[in-house]
This record gives sequence, C-alpha cells and structure tokens, in this order.
Amino acid sequence: MSTGSMTEIWVYLSAQPLVWLTLTLAAYLLAITLHRKAGGHPAANPVLISVAILVALLLATDTPYQRYFDGAQFVHFLLGPATVALAVPLHGQLKRLVAMGGPIVVALVVGSLVAGVSAYTIGALLGASAPTLASLAPKSVTTPIAMGIAERLGGLASLTAVFVILTGIFGAIFADGLLRRLGVKDEASIGFALGLASHGIGTARAFQLSEQTGAFAALAMGLNGLLTALTLPWLLPLLAPLIKP
Amino acid sequence: MTAALALLLAFQLAGEALRVALHLPVPGPVIGMALLLVYLILRPEGPSTELRNTAGGLLQNLSLLFVPAGTGVMLHVGRLADEAWPIAIALVASTVLGLIAAGLTLHWLAHRPQGGRQ
Repeated sequence: MSTGSMTEIWVYLSAQPLVWLTLTLAAYLLAITLHRKAGGHPAANPVLISVAILVALLLATDTPYQRYFDGAQFVHFLLGPATVALAVPLHGQLKRLVAMGGPIVVALVVGSLVAGVSAYTIGALLGASAPTLASLAPKSVTTPIAMGIAERLGGLASLTAVFVILTGIFGAIFADGLLRRLGVKDEASIGFALGLASHGIGTARAFQLSEQTGAFAALAMGLNGLLTALTLPWLLPLLAPLIKP
Repeated sequence: MTAALALLLAFQLAGEALRVALHLPVPGPVIGMALLLVYLILRPEGPSTELRNTAGGLLQNLSLLFVPAGTGVMLHVGRLADEAWPIAIALVASTVLGLIAAGLTLHWLAHRPQGGRQ
C-alpha cells in the first residue's frame, strides 16, 4: 500500500469516534499489563500510563483533544453509573462503616479541612494568583463538585479539572506507601485517606488493594465531596488576606 | 447485566433529578450512590448477584473511566507553566497533608486500645 493511500485511510479513520475509542481501550489494556508486570507497583499507575500514551499519540498525529473526546466520551459516560455502583461495596461494608461512625466523622472533618486549607495557604504563601488558588483549593474532591466550587470562588473550572486529575494520580501513587511508613496499615484508614485526598482515582487505586479498602475510599470520596462543597465557599474568604498583591 | 445497568442508570437519573430540583451542591451520580445504598439497606436480601457482578465489573475498571478526562491535561500544559512551582508544591504538599491527616486520625481513633483514653 502506498503512503498516499495510508494517509487517506488515516485521515478518514481519525475523524471517526471509533478510532479514539479503540485507542483509549488499547492504551488502558497496555497500561494494566505494565501495571501487572510491575507487580502492581503504585508508580505504574494505569491512569497515568494510559494518559501518557494517549497524549503522545494525539500530539504526534496533531489531533485536537475535542476530536479525541468525541470517541472517548463513551468511556467517560460510564463514570456516572460506576459512581452509583459504589453503593454495592459500601453496602457490603456497612456494619464496619456504622461501627466506625464516630471516628469516620472526625477523620472526615480533619482531613477535609487540612487538604483544602493547606492547598490554598501554601499556594498563597508561594505567590500563586487568586484564580489559581480558587482552582486549587477543591482539588481533593471528585471533578464535578470541584469544578462547581472553583467557579463559585472565582477559579477556572477547566484548570480545576487538571488539578483534580493530577492530585488523584499523585495520591494513588504515594498514599499507601506513605501511610504504611507512618504505621497506618489497616485497610479502613488507607482506603479512607485515599478517597478523601484523591477522590475517584484514589478510589480506583484502593480497589486494586482490596474490596474493603475500596469501600472506605468510596465513602470518603462521597462524604468529602459533600463537606467540601458546604465548607470551602465560606472558609476561603477568611484565608484571602494571605494572597500576595 | 442489562437489568443491573438499567438500575444503575435509573438511580443516576433520580440523583440528577433530585440535584436539579433541590439545588444540591453534589453531583447527580453521588446522590444516586446514596439513594442506591438506601435502597440496598431497605431490601432484605441486599444486592442481587447480577447487580453485584455488574458493579464489580465497572469498579474493577474504574481507572479506565478517568482516562478520557485525564487526557484533557494536555490542554492546560501552557497555562500551568507560569505558576508551575507554587502549583506543584501546593498540590503535592496539601495532598500529602490531607492523606496523613485523614489516615492517621481514623487509625488513631478507630484502633485506640480499649480504655486507653489516658
């Protein structure tokens, strides 16, 4: 086949949703194979590897993200039902969750405040601008909540989405190693921390560890999303004097 | 599998409807998750095998579902460059602090030795 007709076929196919949907699944399959080969090492994070492969492909073929998303949206759509499905492992762990109700509420409030306030304070002290800070503060919660909060606080929703993803990947890679080093070895606490600080991507990591870890992560993700949405909008104005002019 | 998927979508839809009707600050799927949990608690036999399998299948591949949104990072590389250091340090440090605060608090409170309140 000549290069000319190859190019023609590519031009046709790359405009179809099918090619980017297929490549998304292929990149993910390659990523989980690598993850398995690395013995499940958290640094071989499947989201990180898949995204790296796809960004390289899109840049190499000069494909705009919007055209990629036309195909990939079918995968993206499943996030909704998957979030609802988290109720099933939550139900499976209900007895333990209820028994730990008090400690869970305290850990939720402490963790939620520390994650949001420290992001804003550290960024402000290092000279980040007000819109960046408002986009950064809700980064530990799941994307749609974080984007809504950021917009209300004068941040940029799309920038927030990036911070949320980066936070998720970072937490998924480092959380269990970090907590184990501090002597936190029980599945409940590791799962809870993963879901609270790193939302859905942390929860996906937690399910790689065990179903119980995943259930606690799902609970923390949901609760922190709710608490952050309720607290950050009145908390951040109190911290605004920290911003450098 | 079809009935289970329909059930998940129905709860997502109910969550979405509730969010719009009550102006809730939480996304529809998260409300749907809470509604499904209540439904499963009220159902004496708990989740059906079919729902358990479908939910298990979706959650085993949860990482995949973040890939399309994650690839969107490419749109913002330029915007990040200006404030790269404050952003990177704030993001890494606050995530580490959040992880430690949540993990240690729950660990201490839930695994306190009996009567060890001092």
